[in-house]
Amino acid sequence: MTADTTGSTTPGIDYTDTPWLDPEARPLVQLRGLTKRYDDVAAVANVDLEIFAGELFAILGGSGSGKTTLLRMLAGFERPTEGQILIDGVDMTSVAPYDRPINMMFQSYALFPHMTVEQNVAYGLKKERINKAEIRERVDKMLDLVKLGKLAKRKPNRLSGGESQRVALARALVKRPKLLLLDEPLAALDKKLREHTQFELMNLQDDLGITFVIVTHDQEEAMTLATRIAVMNSGSFAQVGTPREIYEYPCNRFIADFVGNINLLDAEVISSADHRVHLRCDAAGAELVALLDNPGDEPPPAGARRCVAIRPEKIFIDKEPPSANDRTILKGIVLDLGYFGNLSIYRVQLPSGMVLQVSAQNRRRSATRALEWDDEVYVSWDIASAILLSE
Amino acid sequence: MTRHKHNRWDGRRRWLRWALITPYLWLTLFFLAPFIIILKISFADPIMALPPFTPLIDWAASGLDRIQVTLDNYMFVFADRYYATIYLNSVKIAAIATLITLLIGYPMAYFIAQQPSGRRNLLLLGIILPFWISFLLRVYAWMGLLSSQGIINNLLLSIGIIDKPLTLLYNDFAVYVGLVYSYLPFMILPLYANLEHLDLDLNDAAADLGARNWQVFLDITLPLSTPGIIAGCLLVFIPGMGEFIIPALLGGSDTLMIGRALWDEFFINRDWPVASAVSIVLLLILVLPMMWFQRSQIRQSGESA
Repeated sequence: MTADTTGSTTPGIDYTDTPWLDPEARPLVQLRGLTKRYDDVAAVANVDLEIFAGELFAILGGSGSGKTTLLRMLAGFERPTEGQILIDGVDMTSVAPYDRPINMMFQSYALFPHMTVEQNVAYGLKKERINKAEIRERVDKMLDLVKLGKLAKRKPNRLSGGESQRVALARALVKRPKLLLLDEPLAALDKKLREHTQFELMNLQDDLGITFVIVTHDQEEAMTLATRIAVMNSGSFAQVGTPREIYEYPCNRFIADFVGNINLLDAEVISSADHRVHLRCDAAGAELVALLDNPGDEPPPAGARRCVAIRPEKIFIDKEPPSANDRTILKGIVLDLGYFGNLSIYRVQLPSGMVLQVSAQNRRRSATRALEWDDEVYVSWDIASAILLSE
Repeated sequence: MTRHKHNRWDGRRRWLRWALITPYLWLTLFFLAPFIIILKISFADPIMALPPFTPLIDWAASGLDRIQVTLDNYMFVFADRYYATIYLNSVKIAAIATLITLLIGYPMAYFIAQQPSGRRNLLLLGIILPFWISFLLRVYAWMGLLSSQGIINNLLLSIGIIDKPLTLLYNDFAVYVGLVYSYLPFMILPLYANLEHLDLDLNDAAADLGARNWQVFLDITLPLSTPGIIAGCLLVFIPGMGEFIIPALLGGSDTLMIGRALWDEFFINRDWPVASAVSIVLLLILVLPMMWFQRSQIRQSGESA
């Protein structure tokens, strides 16, 4: 795995877990200006991307965002209208699927119904004309790895959803591809199994050192699995970054709104001093302060429209006014509350009529509610927690 | 209010019952009853009377007089080499015609199934369109095409490929042409229905695992379309086996098929019992292998299901 990333030679910094930061690393996958048009409608528009060996890269997007088209171009089922796909530096743009060092796990699993589990897994190796003894060995090993040894002789119609998923995974992995594509790998599984499988997938990926590209519409899935996420919107990437970057430092309103829950407060800049920006939010009837992420950034001019975004869990809620410095403090009443066991969600209405969503951990074991409907409360947040977004 | 509802539901149930009984009634009236009559006749003796066979059960004034069953007709059918030849020849002609129909029909069904849905319906309409014209008329049209003075011979003569007319009509060749032409839609339609439902993800998955297009076809599409192939072949083979009009009009005097033998026994020899025995044997020839096939299918799916 590290053999591909020359970055570990740079003295002082270990890039093993973050190869995309290594200036000398050679990407495994390079997309250059990749575009796919259907009758002049661009499903994928001018996408540039580099994925490094050993990454578990997630492409996150809603339906119609172009994520599946992008995946199908990587697999070779769709030919790009424009642009290039390079794998390990080799141009693969017009190479047929059967000649690419890439395998794919389909959303429907696409198991061959007339073949047993064993035959399904062996199929790809047979096409490589590998000798029978080696096929046997590799198939057996792979079936053991995904804990399917006992089901080797079963037909797919007698497998559960989780078992089918593992057969599909085994069938793709047994070919030892440089890159494994997974189309909504967990979508068909129920919640408990999904969580379990998520960690299995991560462990498997870590053990085998195969680069994974996962396409998903499920942000939780992308967050827990991925080393990096590309959020896709109408055919292009809205942001590419680590889960933490995407969540804590969304680059625009779309990302902030798409990933997780967030309160968006549209505001007008009053003044900026250093990296502190003072804003007036009419909807909230309050003055807000936000910080520029990089102190070196050009502060926005007075009068500019900006959006202050704040995550529900970053907001503190209490009946007593907080005393700490550098906090934005607003008063409101509890409009609605929801108990979720580990946390409670509050909808707090400000005097202006605006409603903020606040979530709080239920740290104390208690049979009674700390806050009731219509309670007067103070909501507050550290000004560093507010995200300043251009509209 | 509830009472009213109850009545309406009752009415619907009665209606449902009739809807369920109707197919059984239909099958009993038009399939089982004629079959029993034919079966009965096949055990009787021929006589010069109306109807031209002896009754199986004689009724006397006191009640049942005697039951007269004879196996002579079956002995006759099995003993006479003529019938064995005819059965074999019918199987041969029907089997070869089925194979040719499959070889022509499969690519057509495959092609149609791959078209966008609008064009698909248009092409399917084209397949069904000949049914708008009478079957007899279409067979006569082939006589016009194939005869020595026919369109095909005239065309070949005028181009100069041949210098005397080919014998295209009144032989086995013409029968094959007629059978393949007439039964092609019965092959294409079930094949199309099957191919259209195949999951295209499977093709992509096979290609992804290293299969070239022809391997995808051989490994995935072909095995998964066997139900369609079997349905199509049965729909062509079974009626082809008993076909009467095509061998009668297009075949030569040496084209022996069971349909013609039946016609001769019934209407020329007026030997209804032997004719009935011939058709019962035909039925057995067709049904027994099918039953065996179906049982093995059930056993196979029982193993995997």
